[in-house]
Amino acid sequence: MTTGLFDILGPKMVGPSSSHTAGACRLGYVVQAIIGGTPDTARIGLHGSFAMTGEGHGTRKAIIGGLLGYRPDDVRLRDSFARADEAGLEYEFYETDLGEEAHPNSVVFEVTRDADRMTVHGCSIGGGRIRVQEIDGFPVDLKGTLPTIVVLADDVPGTVSKITGIIAERGLNLATVRVDRTGRGERALMTIETDGELPDDLFANLHDRSWVHWIRNVHRLNV
Amino acid sequence: MFTSIEEWFELSEREGISLAQAVLQRELKETGAEEAEVRNRVEEALEVMRAAVQDGLAIDEPSPSGLTGGRARRLAAGGPELLGVAFTTVLSRAIATLEVNARMGLIMATPTAGAAGVVPAVLFTLQEECCWTDEQLVDAMLVAGGVGAVIAERASIAGAGGGCQAETGSAAAMAAAAVAWLEGGSHEQVGHAIGLTLQGMLGLICDPVAGLVEIPCVYRNATAAVHAIAAAEMALAGMDFPIPVDQVIDVMGEVGTKMDVRYRETALGGLAATPAGQEIAAAAGMDRLVQLQRKGRTAGESSARIGPS
Repeated sequence: MTTGLFDILGPKMVGPSSSHTAGACRLGYVVQAIIGGTPDTARIGLHGSFAMTGEGHGTRKAIIGGLLGYRPDDVRLRDSFARADEAGLEYEFYETDLGEEAHPNSVVFEVTRDADRMTVHGCSIGGGRIRVQEIDGFPVDLKGTLPTIVVLADDVPGTVSKITGIIAERGLNLATVRVDRTGRGERALMTIETDGELPDDLFANLHDRSWVHWIRNVHRLNV
Repeated sequence: MFTSIEEWFELSEREGISLAQAVLQRELKETGAEEAEVRNRVEEALEVMRAAVQDGLAIDEPSPSGLTGGRARRLAAGGPELLGVAFTTVLSRAIATLEVNARMGLIMATPTAGAAGVVPAVLFTLQEECCWTDEQLVDAMLVAGGVGAVIAERASIAGAGGGCQAETGSAAAMAAAAVAWLEGGSHEQVGHAIGLTLQGMLGLICDPVAGLVEIPCVYRNATAAVHAIAAAEMALAGMDFPIPVDQVIDVMGEVGTKMDVRYRETALGGLAATPAGQEIAAAAGMDRLVQLQRKGRTAGESSARIGPS
């Protein structure tokens, strides 16, 4: 990966640490985007350095702020706990051990919103950059640097082309497409990165299709 | 961006464009952005940096940990000004940004949050001293960004990757090159400014007391800023540095990878591991961190990547 100008001149962020504060916030932000808004409840397991140095770096405040939809440069991160109480977000942190292979700055979210429930694994890999590695047991590789569509659908023929077709109609280029499924004919999780932002209502008419469980538009977050 | 300073300088000479234009050209090519968009983003970055300096100079209470806070203000108001007011201003501005950072305030990570004080302290003070326009300041930032990108490619800009030499060292090299270039330095002199900066910061460890980006970070930002100006001054006066700049950057990278993990942002060594450092950590309620890391890890374990970056 080549270094861009704004990898060096930035990110604009609330201190004190790009990986422990800005990256933590971005992870929370992506999780709330994937579940479709601020969750009702969140259980958050912190692994490694996130658990150990998190307190002094505002990691927990940053994660909660992200779940409230704040970006890494939002000074409301500072008092996100109080704002979570106001917003009715119930949260709980615990320390966890995700194993030797896990990145030192890893976190696992179990979130609920209305009837939805979701488990997301992610890590903060330095300089505010993040990686979401797993959604509900499906392996993914989501960085949040490009607008991304995340879809959980039944593994029936034509689902991918239906969705990519809608994107193509908007004249937008696809950057990456990834599909993982639990088994043939079961469920499939798609992540589609595009070169441009898509309107939130673009897939509105897909929500009532029986084969779509949910579809979410995750906006790009500049680092 | 560029993978060597040599490549960058050659492109600039071949195309007959300035170092700032070469960075801009490369950024536009790689991202597809428009020139105005990039310049606007740099201007916005400068606004955030300026606001952080102002906010930091106004802080008159301790940081949440109690380790820092109010130092920039004290220096600006009550320093003896041994080398004149500008020197003191550079120091206080560098500290100001880091004190804002420690309070979860808004900063620009240039290139990292822990080294965010250096570039603004140098560039804003030199802008006043050398009467640069705001447009020149944007160009200076482009040059600084070009230097940082090469260092990130060839070595490291993260304390966890290469110690403090990679953080404040990189920031100082960025600032020194920007000053040398804007003050009319030749490409050779800009290269010497980078080399002269890094040679003096090689081996500097990252040893944050209590694992917080405060002690010694606020002071290291101040001294790194002064270091950058010293290097630019010497380079512009015609001092050369006989080791080519890319080779100096490579040495910094090599020293970083060979640096014991205790000295790479883990708070396991250096000042953080002194009896006093551990007492401070305990008082700040951060001793648990040090104990946990000590229990779980042995010194020299190269895979450990703990701590902020």
